[in-house]
Amino acid sequence: MDIQWNILAEYAPFFLKGTLLTIGLSLAGILIGTILGLFIGLGKMMKNKWLSFPFGLYITLFRGTPMLVQIMLIHFAVVPLFTGGTNGIAAAILTLSLNSAAYIAEIFRAGIQSIDKGQMEAARSLGMTHVQAMRYVILPQAFKRMIPPLGNEFIVLIKESSLASLVAAPELMYWGRAMQGQYFRVWEPYITAALIYLILTLSLSYVLSRLERRLATE
Amino acid sequence: MIEVKNLKKSFGANVVLKDINVTVKPREVVVVIGPSGSGKSTFLRCINLLESITDGHVYIEGIDITDKKSDINKVRTEVGMVFQQFNLFPHKKVIENIMLAPMKVRNVTAEQARKKGLELLRKVGLEDKAETYPDSLSGGQKQRVAIARALAMEPKIMLFDEPTSALDPEMVGEVLEVMKQLAKEGMTMVVVTHEMGFAKEVGDRVIFMDGGLIVEENTPNQLFDDPKESRTKAFLSKVL
Ligand SMILES: Nc1ncnc2c1ncn2[C@@H]1O[C@H](COP(=O)(O)OP(=O)(O)O)[C@@H](O)[C@H]1O
Ligand SMILES: [Mg+2]
Repeated sequence: MDIQWNILAEYAPFFLKGTLLTIGLSLAGILIGTILGLFIGLGKMMKNKWLSFPFGLYITLFRGTPMLVQIMLIHFAVVPLFTGGTNGIAAAILTLSLNSAAYIAEIFRAGIQSIDKGQMEAARSLGMTHVQAMRYVILPQAFKRMIPPLGNEFIVLIKESSLASLVAAPELMYWGRAMQGQYFRVWEPYITAALIYLILTLSLSYVLSRLERRLATE
Repeated sequence: MIEVKNLKKSFGANVVLKDINVTVKPREVVVVIGPSGSGKSTFLRCINLLESITDGHVYIEGIDITDKKSDINKVRTEVGMVFQQFNLFPHKKVIENIMLAPMKVRNVTAEQARKKGLELLRKVGLEDKAETYPDSLSGGQKQRVAIARALAMEPKIMLFDEPTSALDPEMVGEVLEVMKQLAKEGMTMVVVTHEMGFAKEVGDRVIFMDGGLIVEENTPNQLFDDPKESRTKAFLSKVL
């Protein structure tokens, strides 16, 4: 196996652009997913079974089906339904957000339910409403416990964002596939892509472990 | 001040309070004793609706809290509660624990809340701990902060659910001391406790509960020295 460095050099700017889009897609996915996930998680925790059912169903559907299927449906069916055309980047962001929201909803629920019941009771006994108790007492404590699993979800999302290459969103894996198509080479594009993904996920887990250590000592 | 009428409470098929009738007058200190599982905590928690009431009525200063129309959050600001497990907010400093509810519920300014909070900490002897986190406190100190936190809402009634049961023996005294002081100042109190010395010293009345019923009710001296019911006698012979 001899590596053709010249074609790698030629593709370097594309890999760079692709990496930036990969980061952008994952960031958008985790941010939107976190906001949606909070509401879906709270929704699923509602006492009324009829009200909580749709949120539970959402979580079951998105966690129980492959993301590849989800991105295809969203790209070819859902996005055109609203815009009349397809848009790879929009489909990718939408899929990553909706999918991670399902996982993050469960992270929120577990985080909130891990807080001792006495905290809510103490807050309520002081006259706070349920919403105030959630906002000032429960959620701040729960968020701290959610940081490690949220970080994991972010790492998963970076990797899964590679599926966006299949709907022509020009991220990292898209350029890997483009390079393979142009030069009929497999080692150069995919090892490069793998290395870049590895750098992204390793840096993120490094940042996360630092953050966790700092929170633990607080 | 507190009037409990025909209070019944069940958890599913488990009937925990059978028919409780109690009146607590202003400035009165009522001590509730009884074996574990007899419904003491549940009784206390019904008084501020931490448990929903199955049947009967509870009036706090004339307001029927079982009436759907009454504002339970407002009633709760008048009724402070101290828990066996303290339930301090671990993510907030001691002073913030005390300031939170007055600021959010009563819309008191931060400045005023802090001033009041420091005053209360002085009262429970913990002014120097204002800026620390609850984790660094001993059990006795935590419970004193919890009392200060409840007092910050300026309640008219204080409920205590075994406030010293989770403490090492050497810390029981400091918490009881604060409670005695509070009683002396005329706070209306309902206290579930196994501290018979406390009951004798500051209790105006002792209620003995067993099996979800009030078995006997009397002044501390009468109840401890001359119990009428055999169940009371049996219980007292075990704990005294
Ligand atoms: N949240 C609950 N759900 C179901 N059963 C409960 C609950 N809380 C208390 N109980 C039951 O009610 C009974 C009385 O409990 P409690 O009021 O805590 O007694 P005490 O404080 O006198 O030890 C017990 O049998 C207990 O198992
Ligand atoms: Mg109890």
